[in-house]
Amino acid sequence: MATQIIETRDLVREYKKLRAVDHISFTVEPGEAVGYIGANGAGKSTTIKMLTGILRPTSGLVRTCGRDPLRERIALAREIGVVFGQRSQLWWDLPLQESFTILGAIHRLDPAVARVRSGELVDLLEMGGFLSTPVRQLSLGQRMRAEIAASLIHRPRLLILDEPTIGLDVLSKQRLRDFLGAERREHGTTLLLTTHDMGDIERLCDRVLVVDHGRLAYDGTLSGLAKTVGAERVMVVDLAPQAGHEGVAELRDIPGAALVGVEGEGTRQHLAFDPQATSAGAVLAAVSARADVLDLAIEEPDIEDVVRRIYAASR
Amino acid sequence: MAEPAGRPTLSVGERLRPYRVILGARMRAQRQYRASFVTDIVGTLLVGVTEFAEVWGVFHNVPVFGGLTYGQAIVVFALSNLCFSLADMLVGHLDTLPQVIRAGQVDAYYVRPLPVLAQFMTSDISLRRIGRLAVALVLLVVGLAMAQVAWSPAKGALLVLSTVSGTVIFSALFTVAGGAQFFLINGPEFTNGFTYGGSYSAQQPQPIFPDPVRIFWTFVIPTAFVAYLPTIVLLDLPGDGFVPRWLAWASPAAALASCALAGLVWRFGTRHYQGGGG
Repeated sequence: MATQIIETRDLVREYKKLRAVDHISFTVEPGEAVGYIGANGAGKSTTIKMLTGILRPTSGLVRTCGRDPLRERIALAREIGVVFGQRSQLWWDLPLQESFTILGAIHRLDPAVARVRSGELVDLLEMGGFLSTPVRQLSLGQRMRAEIAASLIHRPRLLILDEPTIGLDVLSKQRLRDFLGAERREHGTTLLLTTHDMGDIERLCDRVLVVDHGRLAYDGTLSGLAKTVGAERVMVVDLAPQAGHEGVAELRDIPGAALVGVEGEGTRQHLAFDPQATSAGAVLAAVSARADVLDLAIEEPDIEDVVRRIYAASR
Repeated sequence: MAEPAGRPTLSVGERLRPYRVILGARMRAQRQYRASFVTDIVGTLLVGVTEFAEVWGVFHNVPVFGGLTYGQAIVVFALSNLCFSLADMLVGHLDTLPQVIRAGQVDAYYVRPLPVLAQFMTSDISLRRIGRLAVALVLLVVGLAMAQVAWSPAKGALLVLSTVSGTVIFSALFTVAGGAQFFLINGPEFTNGFTYGGSYSAQQPQPIFPDPVRIFWTFVIPTAFVAYLPTIVLLDLPGDGFVPRWLAWASPAAALASCALAGLVWRFGTRHYQGGGG
């Protein structure tokens, strides 16, 4: 049996009076991609700092790549890559290429091996155009690509990303997600990422951990998370205009459903309903009684909303 | 923290390669902005000259100060400035730890496979401090000439030994100052007392201090070993008998003790590190 990449058992970290991490237990197997989500101050960064040997746990057990992060910090650093989205690990006043050269030396890679690897990353992340630009002059999107390349130069088994897409435009986010997905498929790299962007989770992760007030509130799949909190679904109906009218009257009195959107003078309407309180069939029947339904779609719950509900419920 | 079995033992050269690469890059970066680099050097040169003006002022008023003549006092001043500016050039940035912590840079050090203190020490090298170093060197030559040293191989060795030990002692003080920043709020105010206070005490003829102060600067923070004690031996002076003259040869021991203190404070500091926010 391969050892788990991450194992925590009853992990606790207290700052003076505040318990930032409160008996968190979970394991991550090699090759998994796990989203670690929660509100600001929920304990995400504190957990990551304990996983990487930056912070000493108050109590409990933590093993990363089978190692004790505090006692074996240096050996562990050779096996993991860490990207702190809001801080840089690059040398801000030097051309980007120098950061890769220095990191290769820090990881004691053979200079030829390091050159091949950084060349590979430069190609994949399309960084050729700004390799000789000083890091402080890079755009945020360019810098994040560089940060991720920097954390992968030594081919770590585990890549930890703390808010990797924060502040990026849609296209840059998409590029990063594609790259990370490919990195995982091709090299079996385990991913653990914290994010506020549900697109990151949907595109990259097959498992979600929700942490709230230092406690693990959920551990499972994304769709299972939506089920757990009984999120509302949205039925979108396209309606035929009534004879003699410009559009369709707004459907404000459907039992068990709330009107959340109207388009095209009422020819497309969005109705939110709780699948546990009513059924899609009952909502559809009530709509049909009032208008001709031409087409319909049922939208999956918005994950951001689901997570907001978890926070709201536990508060 | 044993290396995993099968990993070949590294030679010293290989072991130091990461630091050599980092420092090489740091030095290139500083020379990139030539105009500001030159004005910075001129700036540190002026600092050195200004500091010396104090010694000049004293001997403008009195012929002997703390048992030393002008030339002898210049040797003490120059030797301590030489060591301090060397340490300042190499590890003077250690007292910028609060900014480095705020910028989150310390977290990046933790996730690299090198000791945190070694990374921090080699994260910068202030070549501009060469200005002050130059002032110290010139004054050392002038002072030794004025004081008319009767040179011997032993004295040459003592000069080298004292310079190295003195640099290590000041570097250790910077490390103490850095380590203390982990758990002090407004730490720089307090720790400047050790670094700049230590430098000030080292460049004075020790007999001017009251006994409790001399004990502190000899046996607690051993800056008396940097310049005054070796100068007494170099210049064949009797000293005032506060400590035996042979103690000048014990500067490596004082340096080692300083390093032990620095190691303890740094260790204590990193254990109290709370992570750089976020």
